[in-house]
Amino acid sequence: MSKQINVALIGNPNTGKTSVFNALTGLNQKVGNYPGITVEKKEGICKLPRGVKAHIIDLPGTYSLNASSLDENVVIELLLNKNDKDFPDVAVVVSDVENLKRNLLLYTQIKDLEIPTILVINMADRMAYKGISLDLDYLEEHLKTKIALVSTRKKQGIDRLKNLIFNYKDLSIDHCVDLTEIDPTYFDNLKKAFPNQLLYKLWLVITQDVNFGKTDRNEIDAVANFKTKSKIDLKRLQQKETIKRYQFINNVLKKGQTIDIASAKDLRMKFDRILTHKIWGYAIFFIILLTIFQAIYDWSSVPMDFIDSAFAAMSEWTKTQLPQGAFTNLLSEGIIPGLGGIVIFIPQIAFLFLFISVLEESGYMSRVVFLMDRIMRRFGLSGKSIVPLISGTACAIPAIMATRNIESWKERLITILVTPFITCSARLPVYLIIISLVIPEGRFIGLGYQALTLMLLYLIGFGTAVISAYILNKVLKIKSKTFFVVEMPNYKLPLPKNVAITVLEKTKSFVFGAGKIILAISIVLWFLASYGPGENFNDAEKITKKEYANQHLSAEELHQKIESHKLEHSYIGLTGRAIEPLIRPLGYDWKIGIAIVSSFAAREVFVGTLATIYSVGSDQEETIKNRMAGEINPILGGPLFNFASGISLLLFYAFAMQCMSTLAIVKKETNSWKWPILQLTIMSSFAYMVALIAFQILK
Amino acid sequence: MEDTLANLKRGERCVITDVSSIHIPLKLLEMGCLPGNYVELVQVAPFKDPMYLNINGTHLAIRKETAIHVLIKKITHE
Repeated sequence: MSKQINVALIGNPNTGKTSVFNALTGLNQKVGNYPGITVEKKEGICKLPRGVKAHIIDLPGTYSLNASSLDENVVIELLLNKNDKDFPDVAVVVSDVENLKRNLLLYTQIKDLEIPTILVINMADRMAYKGISLDLDYLEEHLKTKIALVSTRKKQGIDRLKNLIFNYKDLSIDHCVDLTEIDPTYFDNLKKAFPNQLLYKLWLVITQDVNFGKTDRNEIDAVANFKTKSKIDLKRLQQKETIKRYQFINNVLKKGQTIDIASAKDLRMKFDRILTHKIWGYAIFFIILLTIFQAIYDWSSVPMDFIDSAFAAMSEWTKTQLPQGAFTNLLSEGIIPGLGGIVIFIPQIAFLFLFISVLEESGYMSRVVFLMDRIMRRFGLSGKSIVPLISGTACAIPAIMATRNIESWKERLITILVTPFITCSARLPVYLIIISLVIPEGRFIGLGYQALTLMLLYLIGFGTAVISAYILNKVLKIKSKTFFVVEMPNYKLPLPKNVAITVLEKTKSFVFGAGKIILAISIVLWFLASYGPGENFNDAEKITKKEYANQHLSAEELHQKIESHKLEHSYIGLTGRAIEPLIRPLGYDWKIGIAIVSSFAAREVFVGTLATIYSVGSDQEETIKNRMAGEINPILGGPLFNFASGISLLLFYAFAMQCMSTLAIVKKETNSWKWPILQLTIMSSFAYMVALIAFQILK
Repeated sequence: MEDTLANLKRGERCVITDVSSIHIPLKLLEMGCLPGNYVELVQVAPFKDPMYLNINGTHLAIRKETAIHVLIKKITHE
C-alpha cells in the first residue's frame, strides 16, 4: 500500500478535537488557508503501523453539516466533493463523553454520507468524575462503527485510534437514519429523479443556502430545480430530520450509556455563579484584561528591547564588514531593519495569543461573550466581537482574523471595519515619543500626566470604534440572519501542548503573512528614500560640503548633514515637500510629512524615519527626542513639536488608517476592495479633520 | 396564552412544547432545542439578556429575542 490514507477530523467545537489532532501529528503539521477564503486549513501527517502514513485534515469545528458560517461551510464542501484531493478515505468524528448525545448528531449525518467513520469518544478521564459508564460493544454495534475511547490528557486510546485508521477498510458504511421515513412522497420522488445519487447528499445540496465553489457537482446542482417545497417547508423537514436523528441517538444511548447522577460532580455551577455574576463577572473580566495589558506592554518590553538592539547591531555589522555599495546599503538599511520591524512584534503577538488560547481552552471566553453581548449589541456588534476588539490592542491583523466565528455577516463586517480604531501596539512608539515631547511631567492625584494621556488615547480609540460601529449599524443596509447561539462549555484546565502550538502557529502566520508585506514595503521605502532625481540628490555631497565649508564640522557631523540633504531631495523627500501645503494647517512641516508618508506602511516607521531626517545616527529614543525638541516651526516660529502640533499628531495617528497590512487583511476577509478603500478614505480624512481642528484651536 | 422561554426565571425548569421553525435557527434545534426536551435557566446577564440555559444537557446562551419563539410549560416543584 503506497497511497496515504486521507483522514478528516471532524467534531463539535469544544470536544478536544484539536488535542486529538495534536496527539496524532505532534509538530508534524502545517497551517494554511483554503483557497480564496481565509479559513485556516490545518493538516498533518501521522505515522501508522507498517510504514503507512495518514494525511490528517483538522476540519473547523461544527455542530452539524448544515453550515451557518464560513468555517463550517468548509466541512460540507469537502465531504460533498469526491474529486477533492483531500476527500477523506475515512472520517474521524471526535465527541466529548459529557455531551455524547449532542455530539452524535453530527456523527449520524456523516455516517449517512456513506463515508467510513470512526467515532472517538474523547475526555474519557472525566467519566468517573461525571458518573458516566459506557457499553462500548453495544454502542459499536448500534452506531455501526468502531469506537476509540480517548483521553488526550492521559495519553490513552491514541494507539487504538491509529489502528482503526489503519484498518479503515473494515468499517461499515451503513446509514443511521432513513430520510424517506420523514416525508415518504417527497423523498421517493427525489430518489426517482436522481437514481444515481445518494439521497442524503441530494438533501444537503437542496437545503444549503450557501454558495458552493465550482466543483464536480453539476449533476447534483440540477437538484436545485427540484425545489417543490417552500423554504419554510424545507426547514420544517429539517426539524423533523433533527428530531429523527435524536430519536435514533436516544435509543442507542438508552442502553449504551448510563449516568449515575448521584456520583456526578459539577464544578461548572460553582464557577459560573461567580464568573457570570452581574457584578463579580465584570470585575473579574476587568482584572483579567488589566493583566493582559500588563503582559503585552510590560513583560514583552524586555525581549523587544533585545530584538531592537540585536538588529541595530546586525545592521551596523553588515555596514562595516561588507564592501561599500548599493547592495550593502540595501541589506543594512532596507532588509535588516525591515526584518527587525517584523520580529519586534513577535513577543507581543506571542503573549496575546498565549492569553487568548488559555482563555479559550479553559472555556472562559464563552462567559465573556455571554457577559458582553447585551452591551455590544447596542452598537451593532455581537458579544463575539469582544475578542477581536481586545486582540486589536496588540495588532489589528490577528484581530480581524479572529472575527471569523461571528455568524452574522453584518456584525462581522462592522467588527472588521472598526477594529483598526483600537490602539494597536504599532501606535505605541509614536505615542510614547510625542507624549514625552509635548506633555509635561507633572502628576495628577498620583498619576502622571503622560500616563493619563496614554490612557486617554486608548479610551479614544475604543470609544471611536464603538461609536463608528453604532453609526455603521444604522447606515449599512445589510440583511443578515442575526442569531446568537453560544455554547457554554465546561471549565477545563488548558493543555500546555495545545496552548504552545497555538502560540507558535499564530506567530508563524504573522511573520510569514503580514511580515512579507512589511518587508516588501520597507524595501520600497528604502529605495524611495535612497534615490532621487536630479543633481540636488546626486551631488548631495558636493552641495553640502560647499554649504558648510566655513563651519568646521567634524567628519561625522558632515556625514549626517549629507544624509539629511539626500533624504530631503530623495523621492520620498519630494513627496513630503509636495504634501506640505496640505499638512501645514495641522501644524506639521515637510519632515513630518515624510514620516507620515513613509509610516503609511506601518505606523511605527514614523520614529525611524524622523531619526533619519534629523540625521541622528542611532535609533536611540533620547537622541531623537532631543533633536525633535530643537526643531523650529518655519512659519509660526517656536518649537515645531509643541502642545498643539503634538496633540494634533497624536490624534492623527489615533484615527488614520496608517497600515497597509491591515488593509490587505481586510481585503482578504471581506473578499472585496470596497471595504478597505472605504476604511482608508473615511478613517484618514476623519483623522485629518480632527487633527486640523485640534491644532487650530490649540495653537 | 402560552408561556415562552423568555419568561423562565433563574433556577426554574420547563419542558419545550413547540418551537417556531421560522424564527429559530436550525443550529439551535440541532443543539437540542426541540419539543419534549427539558430546559433549565442557569444564569442571566443584566436585563435578562442573553440567557444561559441548560437544554437537554447542553449548556448554551441565547438572546431573549430568540427565546420568545420557544413555547414552554413550566415544571412546578413537586
